[in-house]
Amino acid sequence: MNAKQIDQQTLLKDEKDPLTHTPVHLLSLDQVGKHYGNIIALSDATLAVDNGRVTCVLGDNGAGKSTLIKIIAGLHQHDEGTFKILGEERKLNSPREALDSGIATVYQDLAVVPLMPIWRNFFLGSELTTGWGPLKRMDVQRMKDITLKELAEMGIDLRDVEQPIGQLSGGERQCVAIARAVYFGAKVLILDEPTAALGVKQSGVVLRYILQARDRGLGVVFITHNPHHAFPVGDRFLLLKRGKSIGYYEKKDITLEELTAQMAGGAELAELAHELEELGGHGDVVKEVQAEVAGTGSHLPG
Amino acid sequence: MTQTLTKHLAADERVGKRNPLQKLLGRPEVGALVGAIVLFIFFAIVSQTFTQPNAFATVLYGSSTIGIMAVGVSLLMIGGEFDLSTGVAVISSALTASLFSWYFTTNVWVGVALALVVSLSIGFINGWILIKTKLPSFIVTLASFLMLTGLNLGLTRLIGGSVSSPSISTMDGFKSAQAIFASSVNIAGVEVKNTVFIWIVLVAVASWVLLRTKVGNWIFAVGGDANAARAVGVPVAKTKIGLFMAVGFCGWILGMHNLFAFDAVQSGEGVGNEFLYIIAAVIGGCLLTGGYGSAVGGAIGAFIFGMANKGIVYAQWNPDWFKFFLGLMLLLATIVNLIVKRRAELK
Repeated sequence: MNAKQIDQQTLLKDEKDPLTHTPVHLLSLDQVGKHYGNIIALSDATLAVDNGRVTCVLGDNGAGKSTLIKIIAGLHQHDEGTFKILGEERKLNSPREALDSGIATVYQDLAVVPLMPIWRNFFLGSELTTGWGPLKRMDVQRMKDITLKELAEMGIDLRDVEQPIGQLSGGERQCVAIARAVYFGAKVLILDEPTAALGVKQSGVVLRYILQARDRGLGVVFITHNPHHAFPVGDRFLLLKRGKSIGYYEKKDITLEELTAQMAGGAELAELAHELEELGGHGDVVKEVQAEVAGTGSHLPG
Repeated sequence: MTQTLTKHLAADERVGKRNPLQKLLGRPEVGALVGAIVLFIFFAIVSQTFTQPNAFATVLYGSSTIGIMAVGVSLLMIGGEFDLSTGVAVISSALTASLFSWYFTTNVWVGVALALVVSLSIGFINGWILIKTKLPSFIVTLASFLMLTGLNLGLTRLIGGSVSSPSISTMDGFKSAQAIFASSVNIAGVEVKNTVFIWIVLVAVASWVLLRTKVGNWIFAVGGDANAARAVGVPVAKTKIGLFMAVGFCGWILGMHNLFAFDAVQSGEGVGNEFLYIIAAVIGGCLLTGGYGSAVGGAIGAFIFGMANKGIVYAQWNPDWFKFFLGLMLLLATIVNLIVKRRAELK
């Protein structure tokens, strides 16, 4: 267990001395592609993840977001391009291998067991034990203390870690899963649509914890379909559409409006307006869509 | 950005304070405990003999024969499964020990050891089929319930030539096995059956495993959300199979008690008892859907069962009323559990 503590310390050291001074990225994907049989699920995806930076992957349903995270999380292997961890070319064969490389994935629905207390959830599958042989037991007090401390560092202040985690809000539950990944030595945190099922306020809570994780020196990959969630927290943005990368931007090179336009697809909206017009009788809707096209189209980059 | 961040952090989402009473009410076994106390007082008032030490020892004995199984069944239920084959599996275990020892005229202890293997195997097979087929435990264990019922009757007649296993009371090792599984201890002039002590030890061990070991953590997790448990590295299949085998172990103890309390076993017995164990676990606060409950709760459930069963006799009522009573207890307990679960899940 001492090893774990040291892990934590190196992580904190990284915070002060980010890798950005060196050309090596924590993770980097260069023109990565994946096909299932003759179906091309993803092609030409390029992105980099650094300590203390949030890389957002944006795209609609079926854009290839989940294929991309499955490659990074070790569930699938890529067929094209290169995938480097700390400058070393890798192909991950299992989620375990990804975890051992410091890549932790927090899935939207697979985070926690609702009826179990927070501290039991926090250490589930990696319980701290004490004692020998048949008397080997969980170190309950230490687990509770660590849970409380780790959650406090993420900005979740709880009085009682005995509470069933189901009593927490959706956002807070997500955050416990994030804190858990951070504690167990994650250097790269992949968040799969953490805000998709949440209301406006709860989404704000989760976004705040994404920033907390970033400030603790982690490289965060934030997958979402909502540019309004991505833009405030992201440092880099990869846009995917129908399995292809349609843009990769630094924050300074793009505005929220441009991002939204790219996501919504100005051209498609124009087509929709045209179709509705042909059908007739949708006057209000057509006007609305046209207004949207006007609002976004002018900003279309490229 | 940073300003809003610090502002948000200052106004954190605090959970409301819970006073100690609320905390106590959140425990899985509290409904059963209240029920047990009410029931005890009730029978103490209506029957003079109920609180006599001898009568109470009988109540405890009745409770223990349900309670020993309820320990395993409670754990299994917390692990998200249940087992309909327990009632007849107890008899299968007893029949294995008696028929094997009798047929091969070996020392009784050889049969006892073989019965343990058979009991654990029944549990293993139940669990293994469940994991492999992903069928609900209702179907899997209903099938094994029917098969074991048939095997008990068929094999007993085939080997012993009767519906009851032959008497083994004169065989080697019978006395020592009887001393272990079916004797009584004299405490201050009251004969207390040793199953009561076995029961208490089992409950203590199960509670410790459940609350203080990582296996216990896994049991809660596989019952609460097996997918989430798998995602964080809990060996779900092993945990579930292990739970079925724990039920098998409890069945072995009770089977041996049934055998050595007399010297023969009726091969058609045990049918219907599986529900008594499940009822004890449910009254004790274990959720049918898994992920919640306690071993102590199951024990209290068994105690309620024992009190109701014997109390009606001591109160000199018609025992016909017992089943009605049991059904009512079950309904009330389940409603309490439902409320508890809703409170735990919803904010």
